[in-house]
Amino acid sequence: MHTTTVHSSKAGKAAMANDAEKAGRDLLERFEAIRGCRHHFPLLRRRVNGKPLVYFDNAATSQKPQVVIDATLRYYEEENSNIHRGVHYLSERATQAYEGVRVKVQHLLNAAHQREIIFVRGTTEGINLVAYSYGRTAVGAGDEVLISTMEHHSNIVPWQILCEEKGAKLCVIPINDRGEIELAEYEKLLTPRTKIVALTHVSNALGTINPVKTMVAMAHAHGIPVLLDGAQAVPHMKVDVRDLDCDFYVFSAHKAFGPTGVGVLYGVTKLLDAMPPYQSGGDMIKSVTFEKTIYNDLPYKFEAGTPNIGGGIGMGAAIDYINEIDPASLAEFEHELLDYATKRVAEIPGLRIIGTAREKAAVLSFVIDGIHPHDIGTILDDEGIAIRTGHHCAQPVMQRFGVPATARASFAFYNTKEEIDVFLAALHRVREVLG
Amino acid sequence: MSALRDLYQQVILDHNRNPKNFRVMPDATGSIEGYNPLCGDHYTVFVRMEGDVIADVSFTGAGCAISKASASVMSSVLKGKTLVEAEGMFKDFHALVTGVASSEEGMERLGKLAAFAGVSEFPARVKCASLPWHTLHAVLDGKSRPISTE
Repeated sequence: MHTTTVHSSKAGKAAMANDAEKAGRDLLERFEAIRGCRHHFPLLRRRVNGKPLVYFDNAATSQKPQVVIDATLRYYEEENSNIHRGVHYLSERATQAYEGVRVKVQHLLNAAHQREIIFVRGTTEGINLVAYSYGRTAVGAGDEVLISTMEHHSNIVPWQILCEEKGAKLCVIPINDRGEIELAEYEKLLTPRTKIVALTHVSNALGTINPVKTMVAMAHAHGIPVLLDGAQAVPHMKVDVRDLDCDFYVFSAHKAFGPTGVGVLYGVTKLLDAMPPYQSGGDMIKSVTFEKTIYNDLPYKFEAGTPNIGGGIGMGAAIDYINEIDPASLAEFEHELLDYATKRVAEIPGLRIIGTAREKAAVLSFVIDGIHPHDIGTILDDEGIAIRTGHHCAQPVMQRFGVPATARASFAFYNTKEEIDVFLAALHRVREVLG
Repeated sequence: MSALRDLYQQVILDHNRNPKNFRVMPDATGSIEGYNPLCGDHYTVFVRMEGDVIADVSFTGAGCAISKASASVMSSVLKGKTLVEAEGMFKDFHALVTGVASSEEGMERLGKLAAFAGVSEFPARVKCASLPWHTLHAVLDGKSRPISTE
């Protein structure tokens, strides 16, 4: 009996070792496939200041693969026409292509219905739409709007304006020294006066991935709807709005390998149906007389005027592109880049990372003792390295950590460890020049 | 490389490490805050006038190497200058950092300030170099509200 047990345990161990080896091999293969994608991005081949470009400003905007550039070009060369209502061939082609993107977005986010996908200019417009339309009907004097310390200005200012207008109060969830939401404090801030929670999924300044599913459930326990700002999440991970159970989700195409000037607001039908239009004009109406206008159905009620059709089609190509690579592998790959960069920067004397959350996306925000981030940025640029320096449109985060600004390197799947080595050499040079 | 060395000249690095007149001035006749919201440079410039003459200039605050060195050099060259002379230097300095050719006479007047010539190659840094000067200008104009370069 004893012998048998030993044998089966050995066999089990061998099988487990085989599985682990296989998983390791799969991971290597998947990572190798991701590394092969870099050449899809023509801009990454260029040189800056005589050096090969190292593009580490992905949290600001991503580069575009050739397929996105081609799709946009093809639209203007072969299909350009105004959408909806046209009876001619081109208008029907353009309408089909544009509405086809709505289905792609629906699948990307796993939304229940096409009508819940509203095209906007980007994350900022999506939040403004909700603050204006939902906010102005649901929030009144004495009510509260709840956001977090780590919000981008675009998820602060629209709510601040709403609160000022309505005599409501803007409440802020605190974060700890790692840059993580304090969940116990969050629970205390959910009150009968809270009318909406607006929260970033991933922080642009710190990289923190917030426990949004838990936070949505906590708000819903009080009957409070939640808007999630997904600008930094969609390019880097699989997002499932039904699994998260959020009421609104917003993102921009340009941070997710698509064109600028187009983005998405997802909203649950029940809320969107009850909301008044945000902008008005053509396309958002069913009928107009001087006495009365009947608004169009979802999603068109919120899409006044000719939209960014070419941009929308480019966004569709970007979604096809991400789906081919597999968003789950991207997150793993980028995490490895972040780990490597985090370990390497520890060798720079006086460097301190701002944002050390346990769950973190590929954002490395840092300061160096005695050297202003702006000077770091200029010296890195001289080496062909693009990073961002400043407050990253998140001044309250800077205040929380007591720094005027940070330097921020943010990675995408087309970045490499070799580029991180170049970045490290340049940081040593910063110390040499200014140290 | 050479453009970068032109930007971070030794004079600038020295003034950044050991800024001159980096102090509060209790008997200032005027002072004002200057702020560059984009990069977070934030200074207060103090001036003590004696009639038409700038008797003393000092500053406090924090920012990048270029802005701090600029404030430091500015405070040392302006002491003892008349308002008219200061206005001339402000214009010469502005021309220098924005890359507008200035006359030989103007370059001579600039003296130590000529170290900032390299800034013109870095458009994003022009605001850093000129923030202390704009702030000083606001003090001399008798303004009282903080100024911003945005």
